[in-house]
Amino acid sequence: MSELLEIVIISLWISGTALLLSLLWSIPIALTLGLRRFRGRGTLISFFNAMLGIPTVALGLILYLILSRGGPLGILGLLYTPTAIIIGQAILITPIIVSLLTSAIEAVDPEIMNLARTLGASERQASLAVLGEARKGGILAGVAAFNRAVSELGIALMLGGGIAGWTRVMSTEIQRATGAGEFLLSIQLAAVLLTIVFALTFLMNLLRRD
Amino acid sequence: MLITVLGEWGLNKVVGIMLIAAICSFASLAYIETLRRTEDKLMVATTTSLYDTGLLDVIADRYRAKYGTNLYFIPLGSGQSLEHAKRGDADAVLVHSPSLENQFLQENAGGARKIIAYNFFAIVGPGDDPTNIENLSPLAALQRIAQVKATWVSRGDNSGTHMKEKNLWQEAGFDPTELRNDWYLESSSGMGRTLSIANEQRAYTLADMGTYLKFHRNNLIDLEVLVSQGKELLNVYSVMAVNPSAHPYLNFNDAVRFIEFLVSSEGQNIIDEFGRSEFGRPLFYPAVELLRENTDPQLVSWIRDYAFFENSECPPRYRLGQEELYE
Repeated sequence: MSELLEIVIISLWISGTALLLSLLWSIPIALTLGLRRFRGRGTLISFFNAMLGIPTVALGLILYLILSRGGPLGILGLLYTPTAIIIGQAILITPIIVSLLTSAIEAVDPEIMNLARTLGASERQASLAVLGEARKGGILAGVAAFNRAVSELGIALMLGGGIAGWTRVMSTEIQRATGAGEFLLSIQLAAVLLTIVFALTFLMNLLRRD
Repeated sequence: MLITVLGEWGLNKVVGIMLIAAICSFASLAYIETLRRTEDKLMVATTTSLYDTGLLDVIADRYRAKYGTNLYFIPLGSGQSLEHAKRGDADAVLVHSPSLENQFLQENAGGARKIIAYNFFAIVGPGDDPTNIENLSPLAALQRIAQVKATWVSRGDNSGTHMKEKNLWQEAGFDPTELRNDWYLESSSGMGRTLSIANEQRAYTLADMGTYLKFHRNNLIDLEVLVSQGKELLNVYSVMAVNPSAHPYLNFNDAVRFIEFLVSSEGQNIIDEFGRSEFGRPLFYPAVELLRENTDPQLVSWIRDYAFFENSECPPRYRLGQEELYE
């Protein structure tokens, strides 16, 4: 397998897993924030909005200190593994999914939920009805989150270490190859990365148009 | 009717999405974790000057072919490598900063140190050499640069090269912490980027030969080597195992085997041959035989002065029981 292809596959695999993992908690959080009214809800929404712009190097550093052998979770030995990058990226993109999905749910006509309720839907069925309406927002959230994960550098570098064939992803390899003067490889990888991001965005627009 | 449709939509899609997400992500993580547990690997924190030349890729390939163990090199620079090792995040370190290594040994963070290779740093600068430092001694060249305030790019990243540079400034009579000003720039980045900055700024800098040759040969920079002679420019690479007594999970046995491989004639030959075909000259010179046979007494005395502690490449109390490495 060529070096380039291997890096691209590892990249997509790591960031794809991060996206799926993040959905496991992001969807329930967004549903709760979007559908329920409780004390502290506004603060929580503001918190997730504020976290949208969290610098990846800061998150990378915090997780490095936690996952490092000298840190509280050091015993797991996760530093410099794909798992560490996946955890970091999943946390990084949580605010993106939560914020976009919450506002998509909020934007849905509240009448739908009421209608569903008056027609005898359970609370859960009604929630799901709203989420169905919010699916365009959901697609946007997923694509934006994946693009952020696959493009970020700080977490992959600090938690992955850029080990060849293991944690070497597109962003870390562009950084390394540029520093080492291997511009051809940098440019190729940058082109692949841009193509992936643009293609996903294009696909998303197609899906949302219906 | 409506409710049923909505409900089914939800169950089929949303719960489905969550389920697929759960299955896929857990399967993916489980796959990584199984790979991680079963794979034979050795984490080596290292300096960018070795990593960026590609020498370590050659060593990793040959080592895997021989022992089946993957060498995972993490390029961090010498200072950072040793810090990571102290935290237990690497099994071995491959660095080039004797003063930091000595400190590392004294803290009992690691041992079984072996000097594996050497080469020389060079002061590089614009080809027309506006400050006329060519063929001066290294210290005189720095003094001239400071005197006329010619632009100097410092690594500023606590790497081995940066430590060397700070020592040189000190020996030349300057305090490197007070130098930062309009002609003394700190790049805070690796050798490659620092060379690029020096190239753009028509500035001088201290470079390791490996990275310099790679950049020069690929026409990425047109800086020339201006000063490359002198004991002060000696660059010595050594390998150490991280002390397992502080971090019992470390792969100490493989770390020792890695050290043995590097000092073996096979390992030393890889170092000696590397770069000959690509650059027309070796980038690193093997040190083991030189030190053992004392084939070049002057050079050996330079290495001893610069990179030996208590007259030994590794004083006996830091050998971690690996006496056979020193026979």
